[in-house]
Amino acid sequence: MSEAKKYPAPVTNPETAAFWDAAKEGKFMIKRCTACGEAHYFPRAICPFCYSDKTVWEESSGEATIYTWSLMRKSPTGPYAIGYVTLKEGPSLQTNFVDCDLTTLKIGQKVKVVFKPTDGAPLPFFTPA
Amino acid sequence: MTIKGKAYIAGIFEHPTRHAPDKSTAQLHAEVAKGAIEDAGLSKDDVDGYFCAGDAPGGAWPMVDYLGLNTKKLRHVDSTETGGCSYIIHLGHAAEAIAAGKCSIALITLAGKPRTGAMPPRAAGAEADFESAYGATTHNAYGMCAMRHMHDYGTTSEQLAWIKVAASHHAQYNPHAMLKDVVTVEDVLNSPMISDPLHRMDCCVVSDGGGALIVTTPEIAKSLKKPLVKLIGHGEAMKGPRGGKDLDLTYSAGIWSGPRAFEEAGITPKDIKYASIYDSFTITVLMQLEDLGFCKKGEGGKFVADGNLISGVGKLPFNTDGGGLCSNHPVNRGGMTKILEAVRQLRGEAHPKVQVQNCDLAIAHGTGGLLGVRHAASTAILERV
Repeated sequence: MSEAKKYPAPVTNPETAAFWDAAKEGKFMIKRCTACGEAHYFPRAICPFCYSDKTVWEESSGEATIYTWSLMRKSPTGPYAIGYVTLKEGPSLQTNFVDCDLTTLKIGQKVKVVFKPTDGAPLPFFTPA
Repeated sequence: MTIKGKAYIAGIFEHPTRHAPDKSTAQLHAEVAKGAIEDAGLSKDDVDGYFCAGDAPGGAWPMVDYLGLNTKKLRHVDSTETGGCSYIIHLGHAAEAIAAGKCSIALITLAGKPRTGAMPPRAAGAEADFESAYGATTHNAYGMCAMRHMHDYGTTSEQLAWIKVAASHHAQYNPHAMLKDVVTVEDVLNSPMISDPLHRMDCCVVSDGGGALIVTTPEIAKSLKKPLVKLIGHGEAMKGPRGGKDLDLTYSAGIWSGPRAFEEAGITPKDIKYASIYDSFTITVLMQLEDLGFCKKGEGGKFVADGNLISGVGKLPFNTDGGGLCSNHPVNRGGMTKILEAVRQLRGEAHPKVQVQNCDLAIAHGTGGLLGVRHAASTAILERV
């Protein structure tokens, strides 16, 4: 696979800065609402389910299963596999799959988070566990 | 309050071009506006409502000025932007405005040139840092939906291919269609894989061009010379991953916009004689047919197979102009052309080889945005009076 692929640095903002600070330490964070108990992703200050502002940061296990994927074969930067994974903690999120044979991905496959560098904070990706 | 019967489509125009390197985008808007106004038998100075979306250069006020609309008369403007289904939403909003007395002759335009040059990027949403690096495009966002639909319901590439086959059967009679050759299921399966599991022939065309509508009151429509086409039901809805809870990419927001429109119209999918269904990709059609209630969730594959969408052959003639898959997908936005062919069918102006007999009830439905990420949907139900 393409080793030289360059990813854009996150712009970040006051609502999400803690996520990117944690990413620099290799931690993958989600938000959980202490009012309704639900976890969500990407992180928001206000819980999207109950509108409570009592949301707190929580480190995710980074363990997930593939919900769906698609291998983009026509791309000026080379093929890449986009997909959604469902975290052990509940929320699903969009990602790319990396460091593996992209033609053998399967729905239901176990994957784990891995960070890739940018010119700013590193970005989370997933790879077969 | 309902919009049922409060507004009629009195003028339509689809630009015949599919490649317009020698024209400006604003010029294409003007050409389709002129076409629809003339089709209705009206003058530009009659227009008192204007509707446009993100494809209009500079937005509503530069377009109103460029088009030379009568600003002493123009009293209602709406630039709702919901991607490809914007124009179906505009149709409903025009009916609402007409029902409320806010305007009486509404012009809706779409035009642009993605085939000639790259489209400007969308403005970033709150999700940008958490998604934009992963390269979601139309192809792979719809590919992800198809992949999961196949997993959950056993839908096959062969079944998806039948949607393209049906569109190609219709496109052979459309002199303006980009792709006029009739194709087979094998042709689709043998076309290159673009983004698994979608092949090149599962994807729509990229075309320059545009289209426009005139929406008006029942009284004005009856004073004009065109066959009467009435809006009797309308729905709109949106869907996204919503914090990642209960993600399900096998249905679209059409599951909400469709029932809203059918309830307002007081009819069911069984009553529909002709369906314009947004066909950015074959999977888009399959999922929307399920969501609108033409078949049960998960049975779309069986429903579309064996030519069921071919006019004169199957039970639900769809996209008889060849649709986005074969004819036209101006500005990468398929909502406008869906309304245009539905009106042609209801007027009896479709090509004789694909005209549905006694076509009195039609649906025009579309999505905007990315089905596998965040999107809008809108449904319009139209009746020939």
